[in-house]
Amino acid sequence: MSVFIITTLIVLVFIIIYQISKASEYATVLRGQEKVNAQANRAIAWLLVIMFLLGMWGIWECNQLFQGRLLPKAACKTGENYDSMFSVTTIVTGIVFFLTQAVLFWFCFRFQSTEKRTSFFFAHNNKLEIIWTTIPAIAMAILVAIGLRNWYDVTSPAPANATVVEVVGKQFNWLVRYPGKDNELGKRDFRKINDANNVLGLDWSDPHNLDDIISQNGELHVVVNKPVKLLIGSRDVIHDVGLAHFRLKMDAVPGITTTLWFTPTITTAEMKEITHNPDFVYEISCDQLCGKGHYSMRGTVIVETQAEYDKWMASQVTYYAGNNPAAAPAAAPADGTAKPEVKVDSTKAVTMK
Amino acid sequence: MNNEEIIIEGPNVAHGAESATDHHGHEHHEQHFVWKYIFSQDHKIISKQFLITGIIWAIIGALFSVFFRLQLGFPDSTFPIMEKFLGEWAKGGKLSPEFYYALVTMHGTILVFFVLTAGLSGTFANLLIPFQVGARDMASPFMNMLSYWFFFAASILMFTSLFVETGPASGGWTTYPPLSALKEASLGSGVGMDLWLLGMALFVVSSLLGGLNYITTVLNMRTKGMTMTRLPLTIWALFFTAVLGVLSFPVLFSGVVLLIFDRNFGTSFYLSEIFIGGKALPHIGGSAILYQHLFWFLGHPEVYIIMLPGMGMASEVLSTHSRKPIFGYFAMIISLVGITLLAFLVWAHHMFVTGMSPFLGSIFVLLTLLIAVPSAVKVFNWITTIWRGNIRFTPAMLFALGFVSMFISGGLTGIFLGNSALDIHLHDTYFVVAHFHIVMGVSAFFGMFAGVYHWFPKMFGRFMNNTMGYIHFFITFIGAYLIFWPMHYEGIAGMPRRYYDYSAWESFKHFQGINSFISIMAIIVFFTQLLFVMNFIVSIFRGRKLTTLNPWGSTTLEWTTPINPGHGNWIGEIPEVHRWPYDYKDDGHGNDFIPQTTPLRPGEEAH
Repeated sequence: MSVFIITTLIVLVFIIIYQISKASEYATVLRGQEKVNAQANRAIAWLLVIMFLLGMWGIWECNQLFQGRLLPKAACKTGENYDSMFSVTTIVTGIVFFLTQAVLFWFCFRFQSTEKRTSFFFAHNNKLEIIWTTIPAIAMAILVAIGLRNWYDVTSPAPANATVVEVVGKQFNWLVRYPGKDNELGKRDFRKINDANNVLGLDWSDPHNLDDIISQNGELHVVVNKPVKLLIGSRDVIHDVGLAHFRLKMDAVPGITTTLWFTPTITTAEMKEITHNPDFVYEISCDQLCGKGHYSMRGTVIVETQAEYDKWMASQVTYYAGNNPAAAPAAAPADGTAKPEVKVDSTKAVTMK
Repeated sequence: MNNEEIIIEGPNVAHGAESATDHHGHEHHEQHFVWKYIFSQDHKIISKQFLITGIIWAIIGALFSVFFRLQLGFPDSTFPIMEKFLGEWAKGGKLSPEFYYALVTMHGTILVFFVLTAGLSGTFANLLIPFQVGARDMASPFMNMLSYWFFFAASILMFTSLFVETGPASGGWTTYPPLSALKEASLGSGVGMDLWLLGMALFVVSSLLGGLNYITTVLNMRTKGMTMTRLPLTIWALFFTAVLGVLSFPVLFSGVVLLIFDRNFGTSFYLSEIFIGGKALPHIGGSAILYQHLFWFLGHPEVYIIMLPGMGMASEVLSTHSRKPIFGYFAMIISLVGITLLAFLVWAHHMFVTGMSPFLGSIFVLLTLLIAVPSAVKVFNWITTIWRGNIRFTPAMLFALGFVSMFISGGLTGIFLGNSALDIHLHDTYFVVAHFHIVMGVSAFFGMFAGVYHWFPKMFGRFMNNTMGYIHFFITFIGAYLIFWPMHYEGIAGMPRRYYDYSAWESFKHFQGINSFISIMAIIVFFTQLLFVMNFIVSIFRGRKLTTLNPWGSTTLEWTTPINPGHGNWIGEIPEVHRWPYDYKDDGHGNDFIPQTTPLRPGEEAH
């Protein structure tokens, strides 16, 4: 019923607008085309000016509205450079925006058609063209220079002391793998994936895998002020590791490993105070459409002190131990030197349990 | 003026297929309804066919955006009316996530390809190229007819896909594999995706048939005296649009074909090391990124395919209604050349975060920001064109001015996104949504509206209603800014695009109020567009009749044809051209313009 009423109302409004518009057209013919057009022209020129002023006021209000709702300050060094570059670009483009829009609307008003006015025949002027080709070119060169400096910063190889963590996307959550005691991520093969007991397809014949820890709730633990390097992969379709608070983003592509590194500078606890939000959490958003659950593919980054990190790490069970309780390793490694290591690891895991 | 009075003659005459045999120069004939209005080979009818099909698609595409905006604006509410439209997909009046993504995908596909490519270039290239270069019809009217009917077939396939059980394609308008390649990955990657791919393949055929025709006509069929440097800027723009399409659409075609092979014939062009649906797939060695290169090699020029016709028409309309020549005619052509060349060299700026080589990325940054230069030149030239003009605010002029305003706003945000160091955070956020909607959505639409209001009298021999035109302009202009301006802030805050619901996200959930506001605005703007459609349809039959040949006091050739031109456009000889198209100056008889057909006065210098 309500649908019917709404539809009727909309149709009625349309008919009324139509009738008024048609009536004004007839009136124009009666009162003389020229005169009415002149009046309408003046009215519209004024409307354009009012619209411009309201627009500027609207931009101001919009800025006020979003104050404090945007992201807190960047939580890593490259992020800080990002923010300053963003400000520079905003100022440059902002000036161009205000000047060109103001001139556009002012000319509309100033040069509206009147009976007396004749237009000025002004077809070209090479000097002007050269000026406004050069100035944007120089401005762009500056922005490119700043951009490339930051770009090479962000994409430079990670420092040697960086902690390496693997982040793998799947429909629709993040799997995070830590290298464990030996500080080395073992080999994995997508053909060995099994959702029940081997979510990443770890190759158990590689001893480096036996101490690896996988957090399946998408928690990425990192130590403050210590560089971390993410090896990013995907099990199925393309995902994207979006780290808004660190101003970073990188696709997770099946069959290809991509990387991203950063040095977090603010712990989660500190950020809670900065934002006055006790629920604050660094989030990993999936930023590449990956299917129906795309919007729920959420992970978190926990930035903590070394002590907190060590404590958390100590409480973790290796993925191997978690899925093979009390069992000896299924495949005995062929490499003799690796053998003792395996033993130590599995026994430790068992005792931890 | 009706068809019988028009004598068709001259070398450029276009023959209907059935009339070729019984045509003897001066003999006139009445065409059957089917050949005259349906399988027509007349450029004017084909242009109307493109326009009306485009309008139907635009309504469907925009309606989809209203549906998903309802979800985004009011995720906790239900809208039983949606169930009436969408049935199972909106059970109880709430969109399912699968169908939300299908709507987003189809909204993009429909508007980018079916409305702003076919509906825009198809309409105005067909209408204006023969009229403004002084030709009786296109170089190959038959190919031109095929171009429309391939588009129609593509439309039918795409429309059918809306009704298949697993829903239409839902991997985004870019349809990146593996999501789009694997049926297990998403419901929309089933039959719907096959129909999408076939539809796009047919669409490419249509676009090539049209584009080759436009290029040939512009190069070969100009009337006597119409040198390339006397072409109106609309023709230059439509010419480069066609060049872009002809050179880049085949690459999309190859991308689409490879995807069809991956989906159906077990190849691994795009697939490698995938575990999905509980099993590991045999594909190894393909690259998902290869598709993105192929796609964006079209995808980026596609943006300019959408923009250039608007630029051309805005130039023409601004000049005509300011009663002033376009400023820097040659600079305008050179900047079009610059944009066209650069359009082919910047595609990978859509892929900065795919893990591509940072060095390669930096090259694309440089080339991308270079585009700002010709774009800036165009903007300054448009503004100088209205400076010291004598501006008449017709609806067409308002939309052309709105076009410039939107192009500035949307172009400037491109400087952020083209710089990889900034894109690394803004990529795939609402900042991108705001940027491309303003610059190639709203602004291209404004160019199209300017064209429709300006050339409606030429198409139908009647005017559109001015009052409704003004209402249409002001609500759309203000509404578009209110919709897209706040989205920039959301994007700066990192809010990802293509999310069904943000309520679980600590970082984004506080934008709910703004999302509701945007949705309400979008609905208002949607209904305002329906007002335009009503104005359009009613004016065809009941609009104020045209009484003079040249209602806007324009200089170009189309206004020298009869009010309702028949097949062949001009009665008798095609007029000869003596001057450039922007001589808006005193002609010595009290007029403020001199048509292109007027010979130079003694002592007058050519432009």
